Amino acid sequence: MIALLRHARYVLGDNSVTGLAFSLFLLFVFAAALGPSLAPHDPLASDTAQALHPPSARHWFGTDDLGRDIFSRIIVAARLDMGIALASVVLAFAVGTLMGIAAGYFGGWCDRIVSRIVDTIMAFPLFVLAMGIVAALGNTVTNIVYATAVINLPLYARIARAEASIRRESGFVEAARLSGNGEARILLAQILPNILPIMMVQVSLTLGYAILNAAGLSFIGLGVRPPTPEWGIMVAEGASFIISGEWWVAFFPGLVLMLAVFCFNLLGDGLRDIVDPRRRT
Amino acid sequence: MGWLIFRRLATALPSLVGVVVVTFLLTRALPGDPAAYFAGPAATAQAIEEIRHRLGLDRSLPAQFIDYIGGLARGDLGTSLTTGQPVVSEILTRLPASAELTLLGLAFAVSIAIPLGIFAATRPGSWIDHLCRVIATAGVSLPTFFTGLLLVYVFYYLLGVAPAPLGRLDIYNSPPPARTGFYLIDSLLAGDLATFRASLAQLILPALTLGIFSLAPLARMTRAAMLAALSSDFIRTARASGLTQGKIVGVYALRNAVLPVITTLGMVFSFLLGANVLVEKVFAWPGIGSYAIEALIASDYAPVQGFVLTMALLYITLNLGIDILYGMLDPRVGMAA
Repeated sequence: MIALLRHARYVLGDNSVTGLAFSLFLLFVFAAALGPSLAPHDPLASDTAQALHPPSARHWFGTDDLGRDIFSRIIVAARLDMGIALASVVLAFAVGTLMGIAAGYFGGWCDRIVSRIVDTIMAFPLFVLAMGIVAALGNTVTNIVYATAVINLPLYARIARAEASIRRESGFVEAARLSGNGEARILLAQILPNILPIMMVQVSLTLGYAILNAAGLSFIGLGVRPPTPEWGIMVAEGASFIISGEWWVAFFPGLVLMLAVFCFNLLGDGLRDIVDPRRRT
Repeated sequence: MGWLIFRRLATALPSLVGVVVVTFLLTRALPGDPAAYFAGPAATAQAIEEIRHRLGLDRSLPAQFIDYIGGLARGDLGTSLTTGQPVVSEILTRLPASAELTLLGLAFAVSIAIPLGIFAATRPGSWIDHLCRVIATAGVSLPTFFTGLLLVYVFYYLLGVAPAPLGRLDIYNSPPPARTGFYLIDSLLAGDLATFRASLAQLILPALTLGIFSLAPLARMTRAAMLAALSSDFIRTARASGLTQGKIVGVYALRNAVLPVITTLGMVFSFLLGANVLVEKVFAWPGIGSYAIEALIASDYAPVQGFVLTMALLYITLNLGIDILYGMLDPRVGMAA
């Protein structure tokens, strides 16, 4: 553990970009946790006298067409955006990992079924499949989470399957088997903890993608309903003002969205360097 | 060669079956009543019942599935509620707009990413290598719709060099006589240079947006594959034999490095087809993506189902094409068969 921490500090110290990403990440977590109490203005209060004001000392990121403070809306939206991304990734992680290690460990028909499911999902362009799922299940935030989870599932299932099948015949699994552990116990108590670090890297790599995906879905009008602040829908609301020059309405939510995705991608790369140094590029 | 293509076709078959089954299940087997969807919000219980019967929704699931397959075989994807038009004909008229945009975006991405990756790999640690790494990380982090809006703001509003982001042609030009459905090709065939220039002007920004998005994975993969190829033994031998740097990089290394890049193309297509929907919304592009968005907002299910199926079929076909191309470029694949 201590060695791992020392190694983590070494990698972070070596790579200042990862350190920067980590502090950005803390900022996002902070905003998501305390959002509503941090916001200087009410994110839903409209004030038509203040409509479409450019950034100023009072409204740092300007105001939208209803006079709502964009800075406050962005901060409050952090919880929803991060929540959707985290929930869908956790769901995809839990289901995909279990499917994958079962397929890799047992092989046979279990492997064939899992591989068929994974291949079928991968046969679709993923964003398009997510659109179809949301359309079929109904246009709600919960279904955005499910749709994002489904399109992330193949990644987890594939990696977990490969890692589990490598370890199937390894010494520690043989030892556990000889000392009388059942198959389910070997799977959950021996193999799962062993592949967990690799899977956690995958989590942080897919978080950014999940945020992008959820924001894309709400940009085209799915899931989140208009008065609710959410980054994707805020960009969509600001899109019509771009051609008339009110750039700040779409720019700041888009910028924050981009920073969040950027931060998760860098963090994922950094985490991978710590867990799996061979794949450093 | 023919045998190879046949084998690839056979491997695509399970995906095809999977895609058809999933698009069927998405409408029929999920919570929610498709009959109520098709009837619209103001329908009475009796009207819903009637529609249920007319659509065959009161029959067993397997019987409905056979119906659905029969419809597909006849090229029948149902009728749109909002426009009253058959979904197939609407998708077919809009498909060229999306295809033209996507192909141009891809061409842009490939023409930037591959030289960038090659230069980055031949000069590791130089500024172009760093540029490649920054682009590879930033490119995947940029939300496509955000890039599109930024480009519109800079090139339309600030600089005034791009036309308004409102579709395939501005109001001063009429579409060229349809032959391929691609405005660029059609206008050239008609010898109408003004229309060609106008449609190219409309295309550049959305294609650039798509290109920037798909550039990153291609550049990253080209760089990694070129680095691997350049450090291999046959390159050392080629160097020792006194071949020129251009011949070593351009012929020996590139020919080997291009294989993993082609494999990445499959993933890039998945991104592109999805991002296409978002870009079409930003630029009011009259393709199948914006058709699907309009239908989604109106809870008009048949077009959405048709759209998902069309995209999936396109994607499978593209992957098949990639596989065949791979087999042609790498003779080892054919021999292993």
